[in-house]
Amino acid sequence: MSEQIRWNEERLAALLALLKPAPAGWIEAAAELPRLRSVLDELVARAEVDAGLRAALVADLESALIAEGVEPTPRVLDELRQRLGE
Amino acid sequence: MTNLTDAQLVARCRAGDQAAWAELVERFSRYVYAIAVQGFRLAEHDAEDVFQEVFARTYTRLDSLRDDAAIKPWLAQLTRNLCLDRLRETARTQPTADEELEPGGFDETLVGLDDALVVREALELLGDPCAELLDRFFCRDESYRTIGGALEIPPGTIASRISRCLAKLREQLEGRNSAADASGGR
Repeated sequence: MSEQIRWNEERLAALLALLKPAPAGWIEAAAELPRLRSVLDELVARAEVDAGLRAALVADLESALIAEGVEPTPRVLDELRQRLGE
Repeated sequence: MTNLTDAQLVARCRAGDQAAWAELVERFSRYVYAIAVQGFRLAEHDAEDVFQEVFARTYTRLDSLRDDAAIKPWLAQLTRNLCLDRLRETARTQPTADEELEPGGFDETLVGLDDALVVREALELLGDPCAELLDRFFCRDESYRTIGGALEIPPGTIASRISRCLAKLREQLEGRNSAADASGGR
């Protein structure tokens, strides 16, 4: 197959249409992973040496995350519960 | 940052560059999304779980990637595996072979998506206004009227502009192929 046939305008239009944008919120959440990971690492490290913080986290994880500027999505809550050994 | 090769981008992500990570997510978000939604026809909420899990695992496993330039096939395989896991969970039946869960024609779909990603890269190199115009029309399904309003151009001229931009895109891709041929490929 020649490149001219491979890249004719009709085929280009069809290929462009294949890659629709993912929802913006999904992309933002995935892009935030490094910051989120950093916040969670720090929170877990603090909880390991601070029994009061650990108790507060276990008692109300959602509020603790909001206070740290992290949206308490189900994914984040699950991960943090696992890491805190609940 | 968009001019970085995949390998350069992965290396920067591994070094902890958060802007590079955001760029990697942006670069492959449509690809991962298309595999889940078009390739495996997952429902939107399942596709979202797979999408987030793909990037979460990618972030934590970048160190295990043997070839930084192979991030695309690696992502495709990871997305495929997670889609199959999701289908297996929802099937709630006896253990099912991957071949039975995978939709017919999936390999052809993936070849099409790989080609589409090549075109997408060329589109980004082409830059605006063509990149935005073609993206709005073909990828976001916007009408001439909507595009005309957003880009402040007469709707009556949009069809001809799209045609010219597609021709430029083809030239961009052919130039890229010629360069690759001259250098004996990558």
